[in-house]
Formats: sequence, C-alpha cells, structure tokens
Amino acid sequence: MKPHPRTGRIVRLSETARPRVHFHLDGSPCEALLGDTVLTAILSSSDRLRQSEFGPERRAGFCLMGACQDCWIWQVDGGRLRACSTLVTDGMRLLTEAPAGWPL
Amino acid sequence: MTSGAEKVVIVGAGPAGIRAAEMLVSAGVKPVVIDEGMKAGGQIYRRPPDGFTRSPRELYGTEADKAVALHMLFDRMVADGLVDYYPQSSVLACANPSLYALTPSGRREFGYDRLILATGATDRLAPVPGWQSPGVYSLGATQIALKAQGVALGQRIVLAGSGPLLTLVATQLLKAGAEIAAVLDTSSFWTQMAGLPGMLARPGLVLRGLLMRAKLGRLYHPGVKNMGIDADERGPVSIRWQDAHGAMRASECDMVGIGWHLRAETQLASLAGCQFDYDTGWAQWLPRTDRMGRAAEGVYLAGDGLRILGADGAEVAGRIAANACLSDMGLAAPDSSADLRRLARYERFARGMARAFPWPADMVRKTPDDTVVCRCEGITAGQLRDGVDFGGGEANRVKSLVRVGMGRCQGRYCQLAGAELIAAKAGISVFDAGRLREQAPVRPAPIGAWVRDA
Repeated sequence: MKPHPRTGRIVRLSETARPRVHFHLDGSPCEALLGDTVLTAILSSSDRLRQSEFGPERRAGFCLMGACQDCWIWQVDGGRLRACSTLVTDGMRLLTEAPAGWPL
Repeated sequence: MTSGAEKVVIVGAGPAGIRAAEMLVSAGVKPVVIDEGMKAGGQIYRRPPDGFTRSPRELYGTEADKAVALHMLFDRMVADGLVDYYPQSSVLACANPSLYALTPSGRREFGYDRLILATGATDRLAPVPGWQSPGVYSLGATQIALKAQGVALGQRIVLAGSGPLLTLVATQLLKAGAEIAAVLDTSSFWTQMAGLPGMLARPGLVLRGLLMRAKLGRLYHPGVKNMGIDADERGPVSIRWQDAHGAMRASECDMVGIGWHLRAETQLASLAGCQFDYDTGWAQWLPRTDRMGRAAEGVYLAGDGLRILGADGAEVAGRIAANACLSDMGLAAPDSSADLRRLARYERFARGMARAFPWPADMVRKTPDDTVVCRCEGITAGQLRDGVDFGGGEANRVKSLVRVGMGRCQGRYCQLAGAELIAAKAGISVFDAGRLREQAPVRPAPIGAWVRDA
C-alpha cells in the first residue's frame, strides 16, 4: 500500500487543547484530537479519504452533513463508516481502500 | 390525557423540528424525534461535540441567543422525558404508516399516525469544471468544519457561488484567522439590487449583510463568470474566473468552497406522498402544502425542507405545522394567525434574497461537455447531453440512460443542474424536464447493519 503524504489539508484554527487520540490509517499511526470527526482526523494527517471508484481523482468529502455520501471509508474489520458524521476514537483502524480480500 | 393514542413522529431536530416538538409537548403529546445530528440544533445551529469550549457568541455570532434558546429548550424536553429522542439516526425509507431508520443500536421501525418532516436543506450546487477534485467542498461544509470542528479545510481558500452563506462563511473564516484568497459571487451588482426591495421586508438583516460584505473589502467580486478549478492530484491549485469587466483572472488556492444558496431536502417528503411544484423564484421543486404545512393525509412539512426561509422562518413554520397537526387530532391548538403573518414577511424577504442571489441557470446551461455534472460517478455534461439525444428530454429517462442522479448522493447535488442541462439540450423549460422520482433507501445503509437486525 502506498504511504500517505504526511501533510494534511486541515488547518486547526482553535480548540487545540483537547486530549489526543491515536488511530491507524492504512496501517500507519496517526494522531488526532478528542472530538474530531473521522474526516477531520484523517485530513489532519493526509490529503484524502479514499479513491473515487468512477474517476481518477481522490476524494476528501464534500458536504460534511451526511447528505453527499462522499466520505464513506473502510475499517480493518471490513465495516464502513461515514467519516463526516462519526467521531474518531482511540485505536480505530481505518483504511482508504477496501481491505485485502474484499469482497469475501 | 387528551391526545388519545395517536403517535406523532418528527424527523429533524433543527429549528423547525424543535419548535414543532415544543408545540406538541405543550398540548400534552409526546412526539418521537428522529435526528441525524449528534445533538439537536440542525445545521445552522449545529453544536460541536463534547469537549469543545468556544462560546455560543463565537459559534453563532448575532444568532447566539436564538441558538442557545433552542438547544436549551430541546435538551430540557429530553431530560424531562417529554420527547422520545433518537439522535444520530437516519430515516432511510418511509412507507405509510412506518419509517425505517438506522439508529446507533441498529435498524428500527417507527410507526406513526402523523408525521412532521423538518428535514432542512443542503447546499444547492452547480457544476464548476474541476469540482470533483479533493479539496473542493460545499459552502455549508466549509461552515460546518469551522463551527463544529474549529478547522479550515485548506490553507488558502476561495469561496464561490452566490447566496447569503457566501458572505457569511467568508466573514466567519476571516474572523477565525483563516486565509481567504477571493470571494467570487456569480450574481452581479445590478441583480443584487433587483432583489433589494423584497429583502427590505427585514431591513435589519439587509444591514447586517451589508456590514459583513464591507468587511470582505477587495476580496469580494460580484458578477463573476466562467469559473474553472485547476487541480493536481492533491486538489485545487487555483481557480480561473472572469471578472465583471470581462477580464480573465486566477486566484491561487488549495481549497474551494462552492454553493448557490440552498436546496430543500425533500426525499422523505416525496416517499411520504407529497406532491411537488417547480418554484421559479427558488429555482427548484418544492413540496405542495396548504398554508399550515399540510402536505398529505397526516403528513406535515416545516422549515427549509418546505420553503427556503432560513432559521427564523423554520422556527415559525415548525410551530405552524405542529398546530395543524394538533387541530387535525382534535386537540386545542393556539391561534397561528400572528405566526402566519410573520411567515409571510419572512417569505417576502426570502424571495427577494432568491432574486438577488439567483441560481446560475445560464452558467449551468453552458457547462462544457467535459465537465463532471455527477460528482458521485464522474458523469459529464457531454454524456448527459448524449442521453438527451438518445432518450429524450425527461430527467428520469436520462437518469436511467446515463446514471445522473443514481449515485450515492441520490441526485441531491446534480438534479437541478441536470434538469437545466436537459432543458437546454431538448429546448424545453426546466420544469418540463421533470423531477427525479425518489427511491428508498434515501441514504446508503451498510447492508450488514440492516440485515443483522431484520
């Protein structure tokens, strides 16, 4: 799996004193803040959430209100979640691509 | 207890849903409230997750008192056991007399006798070349990121489109310390002036808008045309645009926020049996109701999902719809005549606003063939036009042929532009191009979660 560029697109403007949360993105350890959505957490470390299935471009979410469905990503256990409306939790193991061997 | 056994379900806990719940509770009815948010408030009064500390004043500006009043009212009703509240729950389908929802604890069916839909609105989007790139977001998303997470979605931001959110989000970002490269409004100065007489129904809001606009200074450009986003693999690098004098310009950026006012979220209303009319002022299909919000047998609508009146209008419409519901249940309902007058004034203002910051129909009709119209599946304007040639100028036919409106957003962000393109290609009016028929589920559901609880 290609390593992620360690530059995110998110700029934190305030509320940065929250406790830290640790999660894995495509196997690499990443850090976020408690209360971050999965979208905020991932885009703090990386520039993308997933690869579009229909075009050459990557995707990084669009509406942030659960309407466009652009930000569904994978977890290591095979489950999916909508990154804009799910809070990141310690130990989450997130993937920007379907887990190996899927569909089963 | 005078309410009998009738069960009332409210979908949405924004300003409309909260006020509807309040009216029902004060008449002795305990409604079920199903909401996608983690906390009640809706989008404009969205609350950050626990652990955030900015004050309501910082979050909501001049609207802080209204936001806090709604949050406290709803939290108190929940704490007192007066409403049956299901947060983080998505209604996926509606088949009278039941709603089918996905809640944090799994799939759940909610039976109802009466249904109040307060589903709000999303950004209304028009395709801009390059808008499928990562790092292009809706204006609403830009605001949600700031409000609910305290972040900007890029280092150097361009906001583009038209409508009240454009100026509002720009000033909020500047105040929070974000860098904005340009604010591009497709509405010209003279178009904005044409909407002013209607907007003067709420002079205080006009003044506030002008003051916000003044704060943007030379960042703000009206009458912008021919925008295009240049992007590399990482996302936007600049946006090209033509200014009001016809000169082509470019603004370097790594994030673009776009939106043209709002689009009513009407998927559940349609599944619940509502009829729709194309409203030329708001340039979209809106549900048909009586003046109290009655849409179909036992179905009531309120808020931006009915008419794009904004948060103040949504509070009033929520009360009115609940009153209609109560009186149809044979219960005493307060007189709505003052609220109806207030709503009429808000509508004059909102129609003036829609005129001042219009849907960019001409821009959409001229969308280049290679521009993506459907972000979900990467379908271009050219493919859509080919579909019209092949199957005729009807939206559902074109959807079957080229899949515009069939992707994961279910047409929320391409339907209006698609109808405009179909109409232009077929030489018909946009309402003759027709409205996409909604299909359940109105949001994708993880099949495992759905099957597990069946």
